[in-house]
Amino acid sequence: MKKRTMETSLAGQSPKLIRSVERRLFLRQGLSLGALALLSGCNLTDDETVQDVLTGMSDWNDRAQAWLFNPKKLAPEYPESAITKPFPFNAYYGIKDVPFVDGTDYRLELEGLIREKKPWTLPELYALPQTSQVTRHICVEGWSAIGKWGGVRFSDFLARIGADTTAKYVGFECADDYYTSIDMATALHPQTLLTLRYADQILPPRYGFPMKLRIPTKLGFKNPKHITAMFVTNENPGGYWEDQGYNWFSGS
Amino acid sequence: MERVHQEQGGWIKIHPLVVRVTHWINALGILIMVTSGWRIYNAAPFFPFRIPNELTLGGWLAGALQWHFAAMWLIVVNGLVYMSYGIVSGHFRRKLFPVTPAAVIRDLAEALRGKLEHADLSVYNAAQRTAYLAIILCAALLVLSGLAIWKPVQLQELTAMLGGYESARVVHFLAMALLVFIVLVHITMAILVPRTLETMFTGRARRAS
Repeated sequence: MKKRTMETSLAGQSPKLIRSVERRLFLRQGLSLGALALLSGCNLTDDETVQDVLTGMSDWNDRAQAWLFNPKKLAPEYPESAITKPFPFNAYYGIKDVPFVDGTDYRLELEGLIREKKPWTLPELYALPQTSQVTRHICVEGWSAIGKWGGVRFSDFLARIGADTTAKYVGFECADDYYTSIDMATALHPQTLLTLRYADQILPPRYGFPMKLRIPTKLGFKNPKHITAMFVTNENPGGYWEDQGYNWFSGS
Repeated sequence: MERVHQEQGGWIKIHPLVVRVTHWINALGILIMVTSGWRIYNAAPFFPFRIPNELTLGGWLAGALQWHFAAMWLIVVNGLVYMSYGIVSGHFRRKLFPVTPAAVIRDLAEALRGKLEHADLSVYNAAQRTAYLAIILCAALLVLSGLAIWKPVQLQELTAMLGGYESARVVHFLAMALLVFIVLVHITMAILVPRTLETMFTGRARRAS
């Protein structure tokens, strides 16, 4: 089901992106073959059936988590003394491969169900009202770390650009070829932050310069870094890890 | 059918159908939860050891998470059926209580000497009662600490009660370790007294002579 919606949403995307998604799907199937080998005694058909059940349960868990999500429940905030130092770097690549983004000609592109699609420069984003939070980042691997992020409240930004907040999803594309998407309820949560700063400094490259989305109500991999484009849509855009089998909603 | 009738006099009912069905669903559910949980633990171990990957389920972290969060529903629904039945039918009251410290010490000592009587399978000895009650408490702690690390924002009061997110992870792991220990003892006992295993399938046992 995910696969179908992803193909639909890929219409109009670059051939490079489609190729890389196909590569990921192949990788995922290869990995589940590896899992199958461990589950000795199962054949391929069984594995496909098992995988269908597991994917179905993951979709069910998306709905259960959306139902559990309370848009007014705030993630705990911590004193600055609780901040984890150094805050860990994490990505699907090593720290040497952090993308270089030139801030001077950076533009945030807006697409989809948005009224004002004018791209945003960094000085324009820095000029918007700013807020900050000290919250716990929880990785899908299990570890957690506390950090301080500053930037623009995402719901304010969505209102400013005239996003259709009755739509279902907000998708993100990143300078490191990462991509992910979130539900509108989470996008509108008061702590979801269009992040421009870490520890009161301009967001350094390793934490996602020039801009990341900080979502303390979701697992770390749902917090995209180096965002270059965002779009509002009613088709689930999936995500880099989500399309390989990680739960899409992944709420905390 | 005829055979059953013939033997009726010599057999007594031990385990009701609900208990037998939920027992085996639970056994499968716990096997999935523990082996997939080990794989999840391996992604970010907080003790100086990993679980050998050959013993884990899921192949990689995403696969293990899929198993864990699918089987979660199986054991919770199954557990609720079992608990409701146990409370409403009086099964728990009849079979698990009373448990007195003196009886537990006596039966444990006898079990360790290999002298524990198992003549009447319809009555659990004090060591069994303790183990089965401990496993129920352990399961409850696993569910609570599991919820606390799955939803540390939505259920933050629960997470805070367990000492916060990082502490709740450790509680979840230690409760798993205790559960695995009790299950291993339970399986050893079932192997030592094979009639009890048969009874968990058929529900019946030969009347003590």
